[in-house]
Amino acid sequence: MSNFSVGFRSRGQVTVLELKGELDAHTASELEAAIQKCQQEQNHQIIVNGENLQYISSAGLGVFMAYIEEVRENGGDIKIASLQPKVYNVFDLLGFPMLFDIVATEDEAFANFQKNGTND
Amino acid sequence: MARSEHKIKIPSSTRYLEDVRRFVEKHAQAANLPDDAVEKLKIAVDEACTNIIKHAYQGDSHHNIDLAVIIAPDRFTVRIRDEGRRFDPSKYVAPNILESIKKRRAGGYGVHIIRQLMDQVEYRSQGKVNEVRLTKFRLSPERYNGDGNL
Repeated sequence: MSNFSVGFRSRGQVTVLELKGELDAHTASELEAAIQKCQQEQNHQIIVNGENLQYISSAGLGVFMAYIEEVRENGGDIKIASLQPKVYNVFDLLGFPMLFDIVATEDEAFANFQKNGTND
Repeated sequence: MARSEHKIKIPSSTRYLEDVRRFVEKHAQAANLPDDAVEKLKIAVDEACTNIIKHAYQGDSHHNIDLAVIIAPDRFTVRIRDEGRRFDPSKYVAPNILESIKKRRAGGYGVHIIRQLMDQVEYRSQGKVNEVRLTKFRLSPERYNGDGNL
């Protein structure tokens, strides 16, 4: 049994993915499946809440890289919120803050979706 | 202080990456490395083992990966051995994140991350055994008296 899970929650038109545990090459497919599910259900406004994300490796980061373009082409975004500092540092290592909306809280990410003029 | 060494062997499957991280974390913490060094070691060793599983062994889980942590007064080294396809570090080029995003393709960042996080990375091969050594230097080795006290 893996020590990683993805919880789903809705905030209006936004889907919040709550990541819990450790995201590595073994568990990355679960995040991928979660994002694919959002796409299939036409939920393109995604907030990834990393409050309980304890660890990430490049396999996890790769899932974001692989799907962000498609999500944005569909008029949405994947915003990343509430990362623990040690996890944020790994995102930062690959230059994610320049290309992804990474914010301190889920509320800020949600507000950013409203600011961009998308439906709420 | 005498050098100490602790070993673990895992099958070449990603399901054991968590075990490897716990192993490295336990010994790095016991060696009094600071928290950020412990985290960096966990990630670097994870990335190295993932590369061995995916590339050296091409996803075949019927092989082994041998790890050892080597604790010295001035450094902490993780030695990882496999008997798969050899990696040539001189041929590695770190991918570009913009291109990865455009091509919707992940992957290829492990070596880049390892080089960013570790103070020293050494590759060697002898016969069919490939070895990578990942090292973090202690910040103040002269103050370490070997009893866990700074």
